[in-house]
Amino acid sequence: MPDGGEVVDGGDDTGLDAVFRALADPTRRAILHRLKAGEATVAALAAPFAMSQPAVSKHLRVLEEAGLITRSRRGTARLSHLDAAPLRAAATWLAEYRDYWAESHDRLAALLATPAHRTNLSPPHGPEPPERT
Amino acid sequence: MHKTEIVTEPGQPTVEIRREFDAPRELVFRAHVDPALIAQWLGPRRLTTRIDRLEVRDGGRWRFVHVDEDGTEYGFRGVYHGEPSVDGIVQTWEYEGAPGAVSLEYATFTEVEGRTLLRNFAVYRSVADRDAMVASGMADGVEQGMERLTALLATQTANV
Repeated sequence: MPDGGEVVDGGDDTGLDAVFRALADPTRRAILHRLKAGEATVAALAAPFAMSQPAVSKHLRVLEEAGLITRSRRGTARLSHLDAAPLRAAATWLAEYRDYWAESHDRLAALLATPAHRTNLSPPHGPEPPERT
Repeated sequence: MHKTEIVTEPGQPTVEIRREFDAPRELVFRAHVDPALIAQWLGPRRLTTRIDRLEVRDGGRWRFVHVDEDGTEYGFRGVYHGEPSVDGIVQTWEYEGAPGAVSLEYATFTEVEGRTLLRNFAVYRSVADRDAMVASGMADGVEQGMERLTALLATQTANV
């Protein structure tokens, strides 16, 4: 896999990768935040940023490719809508990694607190490291 | 109780996981290299952990498997670089479900007044690899990212 954020992976790219790449940018997160309040035009989305409409459109394309927004037309206006489903998948994934270590460490803390472990520095199981001389 | 912190830097293919324990560092270290102990803490409670191999020495290989409720197995493997000791563990780490996305991990155990700070610093091949594993390309850390996402999701779920 090539390095660098803008490089698109090969065919095995998961939707999750695209979602996280899309979320890695503060402007795009702000756009999503704005879209929580409802659909918006490019002009409305560009207003809070010191950014041209084409620059915002570029961000919208990244969000659209990640499936985070859908776009429609009303007359001449192009509207963006939030699609929360990929975010839900991303949140689940993220929570799993954090929970994995948080729960592991909680268990380790409990294990370390047991008197048996504290007094037994040489558990009987497992391969012994080689003798040091 | 102490909390596990996960620290990521934007644009860097690294992750640092930190946690403090109310125990001397020898004990925290031992819990990392004794298979009977590892199986008691590594991974969420809903998974059982089987240690297939753990050669705690320079060049030694390790492999463990998390087993799901339905019997699905998730294998992890790696190799120790240098003799693992209370001064640190250097190892490679690979999820067999994503072969080739190998990370290099440095664990240290720093004791201050009877408490031990465990730091596990992982280096991935690329930011994309890290994000695939850690899913943390949130620019300002997992915690805030999660808060934002959770808030966002709460709103959206309410609307569905």
